[in-house]
Amino acid sequence: MSKLRPQKDYEKTAAFRFWSWLEGKKDPYVGTLEMKEQKEFRESKVAAVERVIDHEKLHDKIYDMEKNKEQKFFRVFYKISAIILCVVVIAALILCASYLPEVGNASNPTNNDTMKRYVEKGMEETGVVNTVTGMILNYRGFDTFGETCVLFIASSCVMILLMMSEEKLRANETPDFEPKDDLILQTIANLLVPILMIFGFYVIVNGHLSPGGGFSGGAIIGSGLILYSSAFGEKKIRRFFNEHVYKCIKVTALILYGCIMTYHFYTGANGIENLIPMGTVGNIISAGMIFYINLFVGSEVACTIYSFYALFKRGGL
Amino acid sequence: MHDIIMFILLLFLVFCAIAVSFSKNLLNSVIIFMSYSTVMAILWILLESPDLAITEAAVGAGITSVLFFVTLKKINVIDKMVKKEQPENISPVKEEEAEKDE
Repeated sequence: MSKLRPQKDYEKTAAFRFWSWLEGKKDPYVGTLEMKEQKEFRESKVAAVERVIDHEKLHDKIYDMEKNKEQKFFRVFYKISAIILCVVVIAALILCASYLPEVGNASNPTNNDTMKRYVEKGMEETGVVNTVTGMILNYRGFDTFGETCVLFIASSCVMILLMMSEEKLRANETPDFEPKDDLILQTIANLLVPILMIFGFYVIVNGHLSPGGGFSGGAIIGSGLILYSSAFGEKKIRRFFNEHVYKCIKVTALILYGCIMTYHFYTGANGIENLIPMGTVGNIISAGMIFYINLFVGSEVACTIYSFYALFKRGGL
Repeated sequence: MHDIIMFILLLFLVFCAIAVSFSKNLLNSVIIFMSYSTVMAILWILLESPDLAITEAAVGAGITSVLFFVTLKKINVIDKMVKKEQPENISPVKEEEAEKDE
């Protein structure tokens, strides 16, 4: 809608086309790249019976152990060769492991400057108590950003493959997909879901102070959502977590994460003082960007894990 | 003591890994896999890496097995296992076949 021009003129402009494409009103591939609808496979009863009988005859002939000697030989041969292969691979791996340097040896190649720097200056440079989180999100921030993008792409691919249209979903709403008001499940869910949510949030928020972080906390929140949806059905969870909320949270989290990482790399990724205040070590809101990154990664992972479950189970969020 | 507990848990891991592949019931093997992940999480704590332990417990024991269960449900394996326990179960095609033979 445009306030400056009448509707007919506005529809000719590039802005109108862009916005309608963005909202999904017009699909440029409709009619050009569509697949034909598949016909349902049907066969008459006589043909089905014949097919079954043929199959059984063939099956009997092939798996006739007394006459078919090749079958008998290969059955034993496969088993023995599988066992031999497993034993050889296990022996090779154990032999390799015996050549590894001893744990705790001072001359090991792992004891180099990098490790010294992480242990000695980690807290000072990144402002985190939990050095593992500092390493993952600050020194190795680029890798973690790539992993989050991979998660985003993976869940998008699952959506493309398994998502059904709204009408099909509504037609498909059989009680088969969800357990019917299971009392045991609902009682347990009533007890556990609030605890799971709070614990997941705690793990995310305390990611820079105690063990845990964005990924594990997000996985805990996601499992809480899964428990809730399997106990109370999809209608109840759609009241606060539907496709719209999912899209908003996921895209916002990834974009903000990308912005923070871009800013971090732009300033040299070297612990130089930047816009995000460091705070005092040990407080909840401290450690500069790591606290915010943990929040974004956590929400991203929680959404992804719940969406995997929902898409696998009923083909829609 | 620490070493003994670790040894027992490691033996349990090997036992679980073998049992997963030898169990004929797919539901059972998923549950064994779940216990494998749980023991692995305890082992991570004994190896002093609680970060990994939390992730292993949440992802390995929780979400992976839930996804396995959903997949088994989708391909109707769980229902078949339940039906197998009831012996009087003849598929409709075989009934027709019997009629034809008569």
